[in-house]
Amino acid sequence: MQELTRLPRLPSIGSFRNMPPLARREFRNGMLFISPWLFGFLIFTLIPMVATLLFSFMDIKITDGVLNPPTFVGFDNYKTLFQDNAVWNARPESTPGALWVTIRFGLIALPVGIFLPLGLAVLMNNKHLVGRNFFRSMFYMPYIIPFVASVFLWGGMVNPESGWINRFLIEVLGVASESVPGWANDINWVYPTYVIMGIWGVGNAMLIMLAGLQGVPTELYDAAKVDGANGWQSFWNVTFPMISPVIFYNLTLSIVGLFQYFLVPLVINQGTGRPGGATMFYNLYLYKNFFVNMNMSYGSTLAWLLFVVILLVTVFLFWSAKYWVYYASERK
Amino acid sequence: MYNQSFWTKLRKGINPVWVTLFTILVLALFLMPFLYMIFTSLKSPNQFAAIGAPIWPSAQPTLVYTGNNTNEYTFPIHQGSRVNDITINMSDYYSQTLEIYTVPLLDGSSPDLALVKGYAKESIFIDPNNPDADPILWEGSYRSLERPWKFSPTWENYVTVWETIDYPRLLWNTSFYALTTTVGVWVSCIIVAFGFSRFSFPGRDFLFVVLISTLFLPGAVTIIPTFTFFTKIGWVGTWLPLIVPAFFGNAYDIFLLRQYFMTLPRELDEAAMIDGAGPMRVLWSVILPQSYPAVLAVTIFHVVWAWNDYFGPLIYLKMEDQPISVALSRFNGIYGRQPQLIQAGSLMTLIIPLIIFLLAQRFFIQGIVITGVEK
Repeated sequence: MQELTRLPRLPSIGSFRNMPPLARREFRNGMLFISPWLFGFLIFTLIPMVATLLFSFMDIKITDGVLNPPTFVGFDNYKTLFQDNAVWNARPESTPGALWVTIRFGLIALPVGIFLPLGLAVLMNNKHLVGRNFFRSMFYMPYIIPFVASVFLWGGMVNPESGWINRFLIEVLGVASESVPGWANDINWVYPTYVIMGIWGVGNAMLIMLAGLQGVPTELYDAAKVDGANGWQSFWNVTFPMISPVIFYNLTLSIVGLFQYFLVPLVINQGTGRPGGATMFYNLYLYKNFFVNMNMSYGSTLAWLLFVVILLVTVFLFWSAKYWVYYASERK
Repeated sequence: MYNQSFWTKLRKGINPVWVTLFTILVLALFLMPFLYMIFTSLKSPNQFAAIGAPIWPSAQPTLVYTGNNTNEYTFPIHQGSRVNDITINMSDYYSQTLEIYTVPLLDGSSPDLALVKGYAKESIFIDPNNPDADPILWEGSYRSLERPWKFSPTWENYVTVWETIDYPRLLWNTSFYALTTTVGVWVSCIIVAFGFSRFSFPGRDFLFVVLISTLFLPGAVTIIPTFTFFTKIGWVGTWLPLIVPAFFGNAYDIFLLRQYFMTLPRELDEAAMIDGAGPMRVLWSVILPQSYPAVLAVTIFHVVWAWNDYFGPLIYLKMEDQPISVALSRFNGIYGRQPQLIQAGSLMTLIIPLIIFLLAQRFFIQGIVITGVEK
């Protein structure tokens, strides 16, 4: 991660021309060893990316099982995209646009995705906890469960009729059976439902944050105590800066993951966007355009907008990192 | 002063108890769906419709009457506005299934009795523990009584799922996908990670940044031409689009192995090179023997990843080649209204990764720490 905050410069042509023989051999061997990845990167990443860009300036679609002859249409797809209500619509009381759906879900899912693993890591790092390794393993364990199975397990828990959560609300807390949430079928509860279904993914982030917490030197806490800091102050002024690289890493991955979110709505609501279009996530809309409508060019246009949005958000995060992320080895 | 230190000591002694109890509570909530899955998968279908059924698998007991009582009994029974004498011959009930009810009696006890015959204002019961005894007339309708629930798991859901899906075939498909791509990951990622960690050449750091940034690249930006291309060359419907790319390395596993190789001392490599070993020899005889924790971590991460992969197999494979995750979601499409079958299917899907995890948890956690430190 740290590598990414300091982009190395591309080597100059001169550095290849005046290479001593030993360095030349080193270069040849090194390139040879990384060549499987380099070829793979070209074939499966770089060339398809360029092709996607080309597709977005063309009209390629399959209608009735026949590929129409591709034609070059300039910026037409982008014009369509920027007027596409199914992407942008943010007016209340109407079917929300796919981008708006994604952002609204993110406003709930991202804080949970950062603070839940952080809270668990702080708990696992508590010196009073007996059997830490056992708990650490158990909280990590659901991370390895196939996501389809964990979606069905939590889906069963939140089933409006037979699920344990609603039974608990009705039979133990005495909530009226008309006013319990309808969870995945309830437009007001579908995002919390998806967040609950994703809870079992916290294990990885928790372990990375725990490693970060364990790496904080105890002298720093002692020094803070001598200076009269209370628990909260030493968390904000010692712990948080020291683990900020880990939080930054998780935040970046979560945001990138958020824009690509589509498997849960595909499995739970069959990719239909039910209820009321609230689960037509951006990436789902994109795949629908490609796999269902067989419109390669519009799918590609959506894909490039996705790429640019993710790039901008990532660049913004990396720019903001210098104000809140602390790398100990970079001390000047 | 002594007093204060006593309280401080007591508080310090109690802290581990509170913290650990709190963690156990959080863990219990966190893992609750496992209990839900096990309980639900052992329930019989009619438990879901019943009101007041407990959450654990249970059934309402019945009695198959096999008593030797051949006597006739006459009871006064309200029918409409009149009271008629009705005669019951117990031998008529031989081998019949009688429902069990909890009956509150006048003496204050409420035994579980088997219903022989129920009327609007009277019910006739026998004692299931003593079926040859005389029947008991109870003043009141059996409809106002509750049937007790007894813990009673059933395995029939697993049998149904086993017979509906071709489980051995699904396991084979999933394992085949996981194992062939693991070989690809070994071959490619170990070599590439060695290249990134042991050679220094112009452009290496730039390429490494490119490698890391592919972790952040959305799959959508490459899938359309890739899928179209695989369709053109006739690979869609075969294993090739899933297996071949695995032999070209992936950023995550290369990164993990490279981080580990960087921690190994270079002195051993150099000694081997002085003895005339080439780079391949150094990798095979010096690096790999020291790297088994990292290689093992990559292996189990990849196996679990492949076991869980959903979208790739969904779009590329024929129906009969699809792995268990895809099959489970299709099964849910058909039997979605029968939670007991869905939970039994889910358990059959997650059991293998769960066993792998329980056997190898140390390596999972080590592997994450390897990648975690340098972030």
